[in-house]
Amino acid sequence: MTDKYEEQSAGVDTTAKSGGIVSSVVNWIDDRIPMTRVWNMHIAQYPAPKNFNFWYLFGSLAILVLVNQIVTGIWLTMNFVPSAEGAFASVEYIMRDVEYGWLLRYLHSTGASAFFVVVYLHMFRGMIYGSYQKPRELLWLFGMLIFLALMAEAFMGYLLPWGQMSFWGAQVIISLFGAIPVIGEDLTLWIRGDYVISGATLNRFFALHVIALPLVLVILVFLHIVALHEVGSNNPDGIEVKRKKGSVADEDKPKFKFHEYYTNKKDVIDAIPFHPYYTVKDVLGVAGFLILFCWVVFFMPEMNGFFLEAPNFEAANPLKTPEHIFPVWYFTPFYAILRAIPDKLAGVVAMGASIVVLALLPWLDRGKVRSIRYRSIWHKLNIAQFVVTFLILGWAGATPQTVFSTILSQICTVTYFMFFVLLYVYSKNEVTKPLPTRLTK
Amino acid sequence: MSNAPVDNSRRRFLTIATSVVGGVGAVGAAVPFIASWNPSERAKSAGAPVEVDISKLEPGQLIRVEWRGKPVWVIYRTPKMLEQMKQHEGQLRDPNSDEAQQLNSAKNTYRSQREEIFVAVGICTHLGCSPTFMNGGFGEKVEGTADGFFCPCHGSKFDMAGRVFQNVPAPLNLEIPPYTFLDDTTILVGEEEEVA
Amino acid sequence: MMKKLLIGLFALLPTLTMAAGPTVPLMDANIDLRDNASLQRGAKLFMNYCLGCHQMQYQRYERTFRDIGIPVDIGKETLIFDDSKVGSHILNAMSKEDAAKWFGAAPPDLTLISRVKSPDYIYTYLKSFYKDDSRPFGVNNVVFPLVGMPHVLQELQGLPTPITEEVVENGNTVTKIVGVETDGSGEMSDDEYDQAARDLTNFLAYVGEPSRLESEAIGIKVLGFLVIFFILAFLLKKEYWRDVH
Repeated sequence: MTDKYEEQSAGVDTTAKSGGIVSSVVNWIDDRIPMTRVWNMHIAQYPAPKNFNFWYLFGSLAILVLVNQIVTGIWLTMNFVPSAEGAFASVEYIMRDVEYGWLLRYLHSTGASAFFVVVYLHMFRGMIYGSYQKPRELLWLFGMLIFLALMAEAFMGYLLPWGQMSFWGAQVIISLFGAIPVIGEDLTLWIRGDYVISGATLNRFFALHVIALPLVLVILVFLHIVALHEVGSNNPDGIEVKRKKGSVADEDKPKFKFHEYYTNKKDVIDAIPFHPYYTVKDVLGVAGFLILFCWVVFFMPEMNGFFLEAPNFEAANPLKTPEHIFPVWYFTPFYAILRAIPDKLAGVVAMGASIVVLALLPWLDRGKVRSIRYRSIWHKLNIAQFVVTFLILGWAGATPQTVFSTILSQICTVTYFMFFVLLYVYSKNEVTKPLPTRLTK
Repeated sequence: MSNAPVDNSRRRFLTIATSVVGGVGAVGAAVPFIASWNPSERAKSAGAPVEVDISKLEPGQLIRVEWRGKPVWVIYRTPKMLEQMKQHEGQLRDPNSDEAQQLNSAKNTYRSQREEIFVAVGICTHLGCSPTFMNGGFGEKVEGTADGFFCPCHGSKFDMAGRVFQNVPAPLNLEIPPYTFLDDTTILVGEEEEVA
Repeated sequence: MMKKLLIGLFALLPTLTMAAGPTVPLMDANIDLRDNASLQRGAKLFMNYCLGCHQMQYQRYERTFRDIGIPVDIGKETLIFDDSKVGSHILNAMSKEDAAKWFGAAPPDLTLISRVKSPDYIYTYLKSFYKDDSRPFGVNNVVFPLVGMPHVLQELQGLPTPITEEVVENGNTVTKIVGVETDGSGEMSDDEYDQAARDLTNFLAYVGEPSRLESEAIGIKVLGFLVIFFILAFLLKKEYWRDVH
């Protein structure tokens, strides 16, 4: 009990001490739920490495976009009609008849793409700084689960406007399950609930899109953050800011107060409290992000057919396939891998493997040095080729299939998986640069 | 908030300025969400003024039309009905229609533009039920008044001008919607040119 | 380094368009959504020549009048040809079954045609009908080969004939239609017809996304606000980070 009271007096800031009413309200709540303790432990006295750069903004931005999707999504459901007969018309009703309905819809449709932009950059950050390495394997796995849930969420959401691309895109993706031996055909029938995509499919996708998957996403995001705060953030240098107890000289210790949950077990070095330093930095990141985001929302919500595809402005017609069917841009790298392989089952397996292999990164990378800054030239080249591969696959998956694009996709499918194979090989005995003992700027 | 060693007025100013501007932004961002709850173009279109043909309306008859999803009554009042209205004014809550529930053109004894034609929103001002028109049998509710409206939900009583009687739950007279006589046999419910 | 690479790649993104366009190069429609006079002429052309077969089932008369600057009572008199109310959608009386019987397929709804295709496509399409006696309606179209629609603007444009050119393609000489030329039997000169096609395209582009101008007007204010917020956030961040550096 004494612990608790000490904690309170140490943690509660001056506002609580000065304002009589405020502090008694805070105390009243703190006796019932650990409000101040959680605030201090995870925000005001949470030790974050002081050298986060631009790449570390995308986590908070992903939360911002998630909130945007949930709020605008709730508002869209107020007027959306989840039926084959009413869906397309209800979207146009939102776009034309509902006050600011167009804005709510563009915020949601642009938000979907923005979600993948920030998540891809966030994942790439993890790759270049080795944030998946021990002890952050579970953190990375939660992230991968979020990515999977996000893909399912986006795929199901894309069916709802019931345009031509919604319909035929879903048709193609659901047919992929037909490649599974023995149960495939029955499985696709079960997913659709009909012999083709129909109102039944739309209704179940709607339920999953607006209730089940958002709930899963929110829970996974919570677990992702819990895991992050337990092991602490990695940083661009890839060295720990929590050191063995007693190993840091007093004059090297930061002048800031950190929560004793962290300082009791370890010595903290080169860290700063998350609040206010990273809250103000994240606010700056949010402002910058919103400028780009709003520019797209208000001036080019279709993004040249990348965010909203032209054929989707035509209502779904089960008797007429559009000339070219592509998934939305964020699926095209994986779609290109699927198309690269001229065998249905093998293509589906390769596509699935291309996602699963990402989840295995913590075990495929056998290196002890995390950050790209101190790793070998081979690692840098390997990551560079992976970036180029991913972009080419993205382009190929969004292009009508030609001999050229097929060969290109096949080459890139090889180089995609080669990244992981090479990493596994060279990381064992990689020649790395010496690590600094302190964080660099 | 933190254990920051520096504190100065510049820091406080910037914190407040950013918070205030951010707050304004949050309020601005809420506008589309709030505004989207207003009636849509479809609702407004469905709520557009309705034309009522009264050429076949007989004395003592009530017809209902739908305007903005609400029942609107049009009643051809007989001279007898008009006559009895003056006799129970003492039993009414607001006999002169002082409460603003109608345009000025209906602020008179008969609460109508023309004495015999009564137009009102047929919804009890208590909790929104639609009262029953008692053509004749109203005497058992209010002695000496043959015709009126009785709300079956909570027993509110109104006379033939929609004026509410005392000692019933309904607080106000029945609402008179805006309406215009396009010609002698056509009423446009929902729009009225306010006469100065 | 990474940052620059990333920014460069994003700058590239919009240049890669996905839509596989028609093989014929499209003409530049050069429309202006702010030009109410053009939109009004376009609306008149639509109601007179298109609405008989093509509906705009998601767009309402009243909103259209309001957005393109036509007083509602004037619009009601001059642009509504049936007994539709001003609040109604822009519909015609043709049944889908009849339409399919007459034209082979029901004429598509045109509310969103400018977004399914593009304004340039519509403009080019309107200017690409040509005489072809092998077709049921006696006309064909350069950008929409074997089109199942008559040239409804023939009384304005006249009946164009194709201009052909011999081109070598994969080693074979083929005759290609590169343009059309009117026979001069229409009411309009070439320039007048171009303008009419542009007006109609402009109107269809407006109907495709009636919120476009409002969106941009709000967008400018939002961006201005965000820039101010960004500057404040930047100063605030710098101020706090003096503790760290």
